[in-house]
Amino acid sequence: MSTATDTKRKAPAGERVADWADGRLGIYSLAKANMRKIFPDHWSFMLGEVALYTFIIIILTGVYLTLFFHPSMNEVEYAGSYVPMQGVLMSEAYASTLDISFDVRGGLLIRQIHHWAALIFLAAMFVHMMRVFFTGAFRKPREINWLFGFLLFVLGMFTGFTGYSLPDDLLSGTGVRFTQGAILSVPVVGTYISMFLFGGEFPGTDMIARFYSIHILLLPGIMLGLVVAHLILVFYHKHTQFGGAGKTNKNVVGMPLLPVYMAKAGGFFFLVFGIIAAIAAIASINPIWALGPYRPDMVSTGAQPDWYMGFAEGLIRFMPGWEIVLWDSYTLNLGVFIPLVIFPLFLTAIAVYPFIESWITKDKREHHILDRPRNAPTRTAFGAAWIAAYFIMLIGGGNDLWATHFSLSINSITWFVRIFFIAGPILVFIATKRICLGLQRRDRDKVLHGRETGIIKRLPHGEFIEVHEPLSPEELHRLTAHEQYTAGEIGPLVDENGVKRKVSMLEKFRVKLSKGYYAEGNQIPKATAEEYEEITSGHGHH
Amino acid sequence: MSSQDIPETSLPHEQATESSVATRVDKDPFADPGLPPHEHRIQDIDERAAKRSERTVALLFTVSMLSTVAFIASFVAFPIDKIVYIWPFGRVSALNFSLGLTLGLALFCIGAGAVHWARTLMSDVEVADERHAIEAEPEVKAKVMADFRQGAKESAIGRRKLIRNTMFGALALVPLSGVVLLRDLGPLPEDKLRHTKWAKGKLLVNQNTKEPLRPEDVAVGSLTFAMPEGMDEHDHGFLNEIAKAALMVVRMEPDDIKDKRELEWSHEGIVAYSKICTHVGCPVSLYEQQTHHVLCPCHQSTFDLTDGARVIFGPAGHPLPQLRIGVSEEGYLQALGDFEEPVGPSFWERG
Amino acid sequence: MKKLSARRRHPLAAVVVLLFALAATGGLYAVFAPADQAQADETAQSLAIDEGKKLYSVGCSSCHGANGQGGSDGPSLAGVGSAAVDFQVGTGRMPAATSQGAQVPKKKKIYSQAEIDQLAAYIASLGVGPTVPKPEQYSIKDADIGHGGELFRNNCAQCHNFTGEGGALTEGKYAPSLEGVDPKYIYEAMQTGPQNMPSFPDSTMPEEAKKDIIAYLDAVNGEDTPNPGGLKLGGLGPVSEGLFAWIFGLGALVATAVWVAARTAKAKKS
Repeated sequence: MSTATDTKRKAPAGERVADWADGRLGIYSLAKANMRKIFPDHWSFMLGEVALYTFIIIILTGVYLTLFFHPSMNEVEYAGSYVPMQGVLMSEAYASTLDISFDVRGGLLIRQIHHWAALIFLAAMFVHMMRVFFTGAFRKPREINWLFGFLLFVLGMFTGFTGYSLPDDLLSGTGVRFTQGAILSVPVVGTYISMFLFGGEFPGTDMIARFYSIHILLLPGIMLGLVVAHLILVFYHKHTQFGGAGKTNKNVVGMPLLPVYMAKAGGFFFLVFGIIAAIAAIASINPIWALGPYRPDMVSTGAQPDWYMGFAEGLIRFMPGWEIVLWDSYTLNLGVFIPLVIFPLFLTAIAVYPFIESWITKDKREHHILDRPRNAPTRTAFGAAWIAAYFIMLIGGGNDLWATHFSLSINSITWFVRIFFIAGPILVFIATKRICLGLQRRDRDKVLHGRETGIIKRLPHGEFIEVHEPLSPEELHRLTAHEQYTAGEIGPLVDENGVKRKVSMLEKFRVKLSKGYYAEGNQIPKATAEEYEEITSGHGHH
Repeated sequence: MSSQDIPETSLPHEQATESSVATRVDKDPFADPGLPPHEHRIQDIDERAAKRSERTVALLFTVSMLSTVAFIASFVAFPIDKIVYIWPFGRVSALNFSLGLTLGLALFCIGAGAVHWARTLMSDVEVADERHAIEAEPEVKAKVMADFRQGAKESAIGRRKLIRNTMFGALALVPLSGVVLLRDLGPLPEDKLRHTKWAKGKLLVNQNTKEPLRPEDVAVGSLTFAMPEGMDEHDHGFLNEIAKAALMVVRMEPDDIKDKRELEWSHEGIVAYSKICTHVGCPVSLYEQQTHHVLCPCHQSTFDLTDGARVIFGPAGHPLPQLRIGVSEEGYLQALGDFEEPVGPSFWERG
Repeated sequence: MKKLSARRRHPLAAVVVLLFALAATGGLYAVFAPADQAQADETAQSLAIDEGKKLYSVGCSSCHGANGQGGSDGPSLAGVGSAAVDFQVGTGRMPAATSQGAQVPKKKKIYSQAEIDQLAAYIASLGVGPTVPKPEQYSIKDADIGHGGELFRNNCAQCHNFTGEGGALTEGKYAPSLEGVDPKYIYEAMQTGPQNMPSFPDSTMPEEAKKDIIAYLDAVNGEDTPNPGGLKLGGLGPVSEGLFAWIFGLGALVATAVWVAARTAKAKKS
């Protein structure tokens, strides 16, 4: 069949493949919209990339590990090449992890890459989330993506936890035992959940196989879907940017995906992978051979979970031992159950924040320009307080190690954590807000009076003054481009016709919060053009 | 700032009237001066510099290739059990160390090359892309709503309520099959958490020697872990049983024991307590022989063994269960029954 | 039962039987050894006790009482045995500083081994107690490392950590690190239970078991113990790993991100 195309020049092979794909997938329309998509450059925008790349690394190395790992709790007598465990009874899971470490060439490296990448994955998600929080990037239209990210963080915690448990070593087994104990504290259904999860009494023989399918299939499957959705939304919304000359809420300034971002982001994947591989070469992680197989009657001191579960560990460590027996026949183990409830609530507090803030401001507009943290003092203070609570809990989770390494009493540390779990966030909130207001004042002074040059000049009559240099137009714009909300008002309770207006409690509460955010004293009014004119025209510069 | 192509609804200025925006000054001193003009990099104007960059990038890619070769060579060359001393890392596996570093370098150099290429040789002209509102135009929305209404109408779901209700019913019920299928995940709790292998007459077997303990074996200030006779590590279900039966045996001067029941249940100052913490089930057992405190290494619950294992610090809610012991006719320590209360963490039905 | 009998026929069983036989022979020999040898030993012993008493009066009696009966500052030493003295003085814990913290720390020892032996002889004369072990008692030759590991995890790890890095106890007390500790002292500590450590006497933890434990420690935390994975980060588990991941892992990645995102230097304006 000789058609018109034959008469044309023969297109290059790549183009012909692309044509073929376009006819079936419509890739040209996709590429038209995205190939030269603009991404702004800022190092903090790459934290999410670190998380994405570590996630990919984890999947790659994880698939390799499944080739050698036996998710079985059958007891075997170890006969591999690690001498101190020879003859020891252990589960096949533990034995196969020893084999990966000592009998599979490169197995140890892949295990270490997998585990280091997991720790860094969670750390990267954490800082990425904090970057988004403190710059207000969660505002409309990105609230859903914020939730996707949050879900990824939480699922990452549980994927990490189930993975940490798989080798069935003494450390991770202790962690699972803790989980089981916490489940038992759930009123009414605790024992049932525990029996169903572990296939009977703890530890049973099903735990590893079940955790395995959760760890390698269920949770990562959901996460993969969420990651894709997260990325699609990033593309769809286009990236946020910091304000500045030429950067508005209606544009995005940066470099095109092809070629610059392709090279930078693609290259960054290799950089991340390379660095993590090097870390896995030089630093040991979770040397399970030193820990021994799990036995529910054995334990080691220094029993901690991986860092991302550390705050939950702290929560459970500093909780007082409250236990109530109800009607002489039911036990409410508050010492465990309260932390179990605080754990999700604490995480939810940050997750729902975007919705609370938009409810307070009643702002329905899209926001693509990032806030500088100082320009949202109350939000920043809330975030800092949340982090403070998180870190206080982390300290509590490692109380025994702080005790031995700083020669302190474990009891004093626990009391410190108990007190500062409440007091710490409050102090940090107040301090952060003051710092933000101070910085706002400084920005205002800078706009009105210019930059302090450090040059001291002596005037003819002997007075010394410091020379202030006026800011460039770019700088002036950057420091004044942010919007400032005014505090909400309840308004007159009686309208012009003398009819009483009903104001709900909720609305009163909202207005109160709004005042806490935006009333005088809670933000510093930015310099206005009039003030600027007056100062610059009147006195001239100092 | 121009604001033509965003629908009024999502425009900052609409709300801005609510917030305090200053009255306009003729010439706004804070106006956006626009993107600064592009400045050239040295590579843009100096071909020699650009050549240097090119060579650097090529060098990085070449190092990566060599590293991969080195990776394969290490894999072949080093036996898996070869240990070498490398300062400051210590006595490490030669294979792990060399594989990791060569792989790391091979990857890092690809990345570094690509980024260096992007930073120095690709155009660094900043481009501005327009943003468009996410919200649909009102006409689009109207069309969608109309389509939806039309579809709903054609399905008659609003009119034929019977169909709608039974459909919801069916959809709501069908997942129940899935829930029911989960039933066999595990047995019902029943009284499984209430019993252990301990029973009247069971000897206390020293876990270190697997021999039954005699009272004279247990010195004041010593710590011994025991399990009920008849258990073997090779038994099926051993771990489940030891998880409940693990026992901590210590001996104190009988005068040091403050709790009356504890003294009664002891034998010549030998007391036997569950090793399983009542908080979340870690094996407690950090026994301090001078203070007679037992600390749990997981969450620092502290129990006073002289006082019925009362909780004196930490998150545990009740004392460790004590096992009543005596001496058998042959002179061995034996249990005089099971624990009288469930061992380990509390649960709802515990009472 | 089948499994049990299979275990009985351990390849080393013959060796163990042989060792027991040898040990028994040695013991019998010691009992029936010529009496004059014992006589000479006795004389040397009483000399050592006299010397030890002198040392004791100068260095120890202020706390432990003139005759080791104990006082407000120190416990009675009757019946603690020579092993306790060798451990406490040999590791520098005794003599302790006058004002104590939560527990007496290990420090540089101030007595020579000969003096310690004399002190030990004196204290041993006050009452029967555990004696200083002979090198063959804590020698790790032929010990079962795997079994030692199981014993260690059951009896020791709860305070001293998986590989003997130490850990916290209540109110500022702690279980010290066992890294680099002379096997003799580990043996003595198990026998005598210094300070708040419970004792693990031969009646519940036989000599063989102690040897196995010492052998395990030597294998997992000895001078030549390899750390195949690289830096061992203190052997403390997830806390130090987490700190490392944050500081060096994420730190390095953020530094790289800064480089990737930074503007390339512009050509200087002439």
